[in-house]
Formats: sequence, structure tokens, C-alpha cells
Amino acid sequence: MEYKISNRLRIGAIVLMVLGLLGVGYGFMDAHSVTEENITEFLANEDHHGDAHAEESHTDSNEAAALHVDDNHGEEAHGSSHAESDHGMSHEEHVLHQIHNRPWSALYIAAFFFFMIALGVLAFYAVQYAAQAGWSPVLFRVMEGITSYVLPGGLLVLAVAFAADSHLFVWLTDGVTEVGNDNYDALVAGKSGWLNKTGFFIRGLIFLAGWSLYRHFSRKFSLAQDSADDNRYFKKNFRIAAAFLVFFIYTESMMSWDWIMSVDPHWFSTLFGWYLLAGMLVCGITVIAMIAIYLKSKGLLEHVNDSHIHDLAKFMFGFSVFWTYLWFSQFMLIWYSNIPEEVTYFVTRIEDYNLPFFGMIAMNFIFPLLLLMNSDFKRVNWFVIMAGVVILCGHYIDIFNMIMPATVGDRWFIGIPEIGSILLFAGIFLLVVFTALSKHPLLAKRSPFIEESKHFHY
Amino acid sequence: MEASKVIHAIYTDDDVLMSAVKKVKAEKYHIEEIYTPFPVHGLDKAMGLAPTRLAITAFIYGCIGLTVAVVMMNFIMIKDWPQDIGGKPSFSYLENMPAFVPIMFELTVFFAAHLMVITFYMRSRMWPFKKAENPDPRTTDDHFLMEIAVHNNEESLTNLLKETGAVEINIVDNNEDAH
Repeated sequence: MEYKISNRLRIGAIVLMVLGLLGVGYGFMDAHSVTEENITEFLANEDHHGDAHAEESHTDSNEAAALHVDDNHGEEAHGSSHAESDHGMSHEEHVLHQIHNRPWSALYIAAFFFFMIALGVLAFYAVQYAAQAGWSPVLFRVMEGITSYVLPGGLLVLAVAFAADSHLFVWLTDGVTEVGNDNYDALVAGKSGWLNKTGFFIRGLIFLAGWSLYRHFSRKFSLAQDSADDNRYFKKNFRIAAAFLVFFIYTESMMSWDWIMSVDPHWFSTLFGWYLLAGMLVCGITVIAMIAIYLKSKGLLEHVNDSHIHDLAKFMFGFSVFWTYLWFSQFMLIWYSNIPEEVTYFVTRIEDYNLPFFGMIAMNFIFPLLLLMNSDFKRVNWFVIMAGVVILCGHYIDIFNMIMPATVGDRWFIGIPEIGSILLFAGIFLLVVFTALSKHPLLAKRSPFIEESKHFHY
Repeated sequence: MEASKVIHAIYTDDDVLMSAVKKVKAEKYHIEEIYTPFPVHGLDKAMGLAPTRLAITAFIYGCIGLTVAVVMMNFIMIKDWPQDIGGKPSFSYLENMPAFVPIMFELTVFFAAHLMVITFYMRSRMWPFKKAENPDPRTTDDHFLMEIAVHNNEESLTNLLKETGAVEINIVDNNEDAH
């Protein structure tokens, strides 16, 4: 039952990282090839290609026009062209910022996406202990392998956030809280008690410390249970899992405000934490299923049968629907009430991000709903993998839609910087996870529910 | 009248019943019916019953419910009595679709759930005022009953059933208690 990371996989992961680094490097070089000197020329060239989006979004819709009247809508300051009138910034300067923000945003989105997979699995793993689930112990080691990415992944997200600074978080711009400054923004200034650089990173480190401590001890107790002669370590794991879940639900929500929602500092949604959590769990469970199927195809995990895969696919289906429910609850209330400061969030996304915005709903809802509805399909391994690939792509685009409109406005594209960032973090993720998987036997052999799990049926 | 005779084997545990079913099937006997006080997982597969088509009917009912919701809301809110709610005049169904999604969802669930239950009762031949087919009232409490038709093989069948852990074996002549 021992798994050893194969050389091919290790080299593959390193190749992904190198290719990713090249892509990210190219993204930064390309973005910085446009400078203050040649931005006018750059825009003139673009207009020749008939891409006159700047004018368009000025006169596009009633909402956009209405927004101009309102003085305090700077949250799309990064994102759409009316910022000119707000901040006395020229159109050229504004576009230049967007172009320079793009590689940072691409990096951040990919870093967060892979981190959230690991965090989702950690929450799911804790639920298994807290609920004393009988079906899942044969998958515990797979989950523990994936959660090994929580700490490195989280530190990477914070590192990218630290390096990107105001490229990502407009509330970090100089002078934004200083009355009389050109960049002064009354709303951000009012929130600066929470949204400030020191607070952001201290909170981030506290969240990560708490999650990593749980991960460290649950892994330790899980391994200790293997050679124990009673259920002492299982009981300890049960207790810390329950405590962790309480800590997690608060910190996850705060993390979502800090790390994601604050890129649009004027906008807020009270169910944002839940919404992100649903996406996290879908991605996490999908990756558990994928890695379990991969290891099974290598002849390992002999006790994982079709019923386990069936259960994971049921969770993929269920959490996809749950994600849609939260996505729609957020959308419908904002759409119906039509309050300018709220609805601007969706106006930008529907106008400038039409394809990714609606495409993501098809990928994250309609696709899993129809494909994973049939109970026989949930037992076909390659089918689960294919559905999983679509779900993961869909949730990447979901995160993309959360960050990009705030930082690059309508200048988005899924090109070399984005794909490079995905490859880079995919490589790190695979390397960390599979190295952790190969350290210990893949069967939690002394878990009190292991017999039930081995014979799990239905 | 040998064919109308059936044997009733009674068990007191679902695990014993499951292994009994597997043994009886292995000996190539045909099990007519099993009466249990609660659903036993995997029993249908062990008995060799054809997979249920109830899920397909549920899907169809859900589609009907969704269609009913769309047609109904289109008639009420767009055609018959358009209103301007919250600055969103009802000019087209598609533009106001988000407002109708909760109704579309609820009716989908409502149709799928209710019609599926009714279908299940009909398919199981259960309806109001019907006389119970259940041969032994104990199977509604804590006993399990396996019914096998007898074809001149009473003795071998009885022995087999005893081996499988049946607590009681009765041979019943259907003609006597049928009318």
C-alpha cells in the first residue's frame, strides 16, 4: 500500500513549474512593455483595430450613465473608464494601471485557486471526523495528502498579495485614506479600521496558523492511530475536528472578505463567505475523487471501491447545486433591489465579462447537474474525471470573475499570464501533494471505522 | 394444485435474510416476494430484480413541473397582468427570469416529489382502502418473510431454508386463504 512518487510525476510537476514561471515572466515583461511613454501610441493602435471599448462603456447603458452621477462608486475605479472623472486620472494612466495589474491578478487567482482546493479538503476532512463518518476512512490518507498544501499554498497567496500590493487591492493605494489627497476615498477611509495593510497580514497569518495547526495535529493523531491499541487518537481527532470547524467557519468567512471581496472595497455581500466555501468544497471533493481514481489506476487504494467514488461524485453533484443556490441568492437579491452601489458589481460582469460570467454558470451548474444526475454515471471513473475537469475549470473562472473586473476592468483575457500562473501553481500543488502522499501508507489501518469503510456498499 | 402452494420462511434479522437470499438464489430457486418491516439495502440486487425506473419518472415529472412553472408565470406575469415591480416592467419573460427562478425551482421539486410518490404507490399496488397483501402481520414489526413457490420439492426446500437460519417455515396453500 505504500505509494512512491514516480519520477515521471515529479519531473512533470517541475516542467509545469518551469513553463509556468516562463509564462508569468513573459506576462510581466509584456505588461511592462507598455509604459507612460508609449501608452498613447498603444491605445491609438488598438483603436485602429476597431476596439473602441473606452467609448462604448461610457455610453453603454443607463446603469453605467447613472453611476457617473453618483460620486462614490470608485470601487470600479480600477475597473471601468468612469474613474477618470473621479480621481482626475487620465484615460491613458488608467489603462496603463490595468495593463500592469493583469499579471499580478493572474498570479493571485491561480495561487488562491489551488490553495482553496486544499482548504476545502481540510474542512471536508474535519467534517468526516466530527461526524464519525464510516464510509470515508479509506480515503483519509488521500485527503491528508491534499491538505499538506494548506500551509505552503496559503503562504504563497499572502506572498503574492504582499508583492502585488495596490496592483490588487485598491485600498492600499497611497493617500486613499488621507483627506485632501487626489486618491482620497471616503468609503475606503471609513473602512480603514479593518482594511489596512498591517491588519490584513496579521489576520492572514492568524487564519493560516489556526488551519495549519489543525492540519498538523490531525495528521499526527491519524498516523499515531495506525499503531495504537485503543481509539485514543481517534477521539482526540474527533475533538479537535469539532473545535477546528467552529474556528474555520468564522475565519473562512473573514478570509473571503479580506482576500477576495476587498478587491472591490465599496461592494459587499453578506453571504460571500458561504459562497466561497461552497466553491471550495466542490473543488476539494473533486480533487479527492481525481487523486483517488489516479492512485487506484496505479493499483493502490485496493479498498476504495465504486461505492466510494459514487459517494464522492454525489458530493460533487450536491455541492455544485449548493454553490449555484448561493450564487443565485447573491445575484437575485442584488439584481432585484437594483441599488447602484451593489448592482454595479454585476453590471460590470455582465457587460464586460459576459462569456466567462454566464459560461461559468453553465460549467458549474448545468453541466454537473445533467452529467452527474444519473446514479450509474457516478460510478464510471472516467466520467467522474471528465466532469471533475469541467467543474475545476468552471471554478477557476469563478475566482477569475471575482478578481479580474476589479483590477483589469475590460482588459481581461485568458492568455499566457493566466495559463502560466495556473501551470506554476499546479506544478507546486502536485509536487507538494504527491510528496506528502508518498510518506506514509495509504490505508489508515487502525481507524475504528476502517472495516465499515472497506465494506462500504452503496 | 401443487403450483399454488407457497412456502413462507420467516427471519428475524436483515443480515441473516441477506445471506439466506444469496444461498437460495445460488440453488436456483425463484423467490416470489420478500416482506420486510423496513427497506433493506441491496436486497433488490440480491433477489435479481430489474433496476427500478422510478428515477426516470422523477426526472420526467421534474421537467413537467419546470414547464408548468414557466408557462404559468409567463401567462400570469407577462401576458395577463404585467406589473412594474421594483422598476422592472414585465416586458419579456427572459429579462425577468431571475425573479421567476424560485417558482421554477419549487414547482420542479413539487411535481417531481409528489408525482414520484404517487407513482411509487401505484406501482407497488397500494391505494386507499386496499386490503393488505401482507401474509403475516409480524412483517410490519420485526420479522422478515421470504415467499417461495413450491413445485414438488417441499422437503429439499424446507431443509435448505432451515440451514439458512429461518426461525419458522410454513407451507401455505394459496387456494385456501385466497377466497
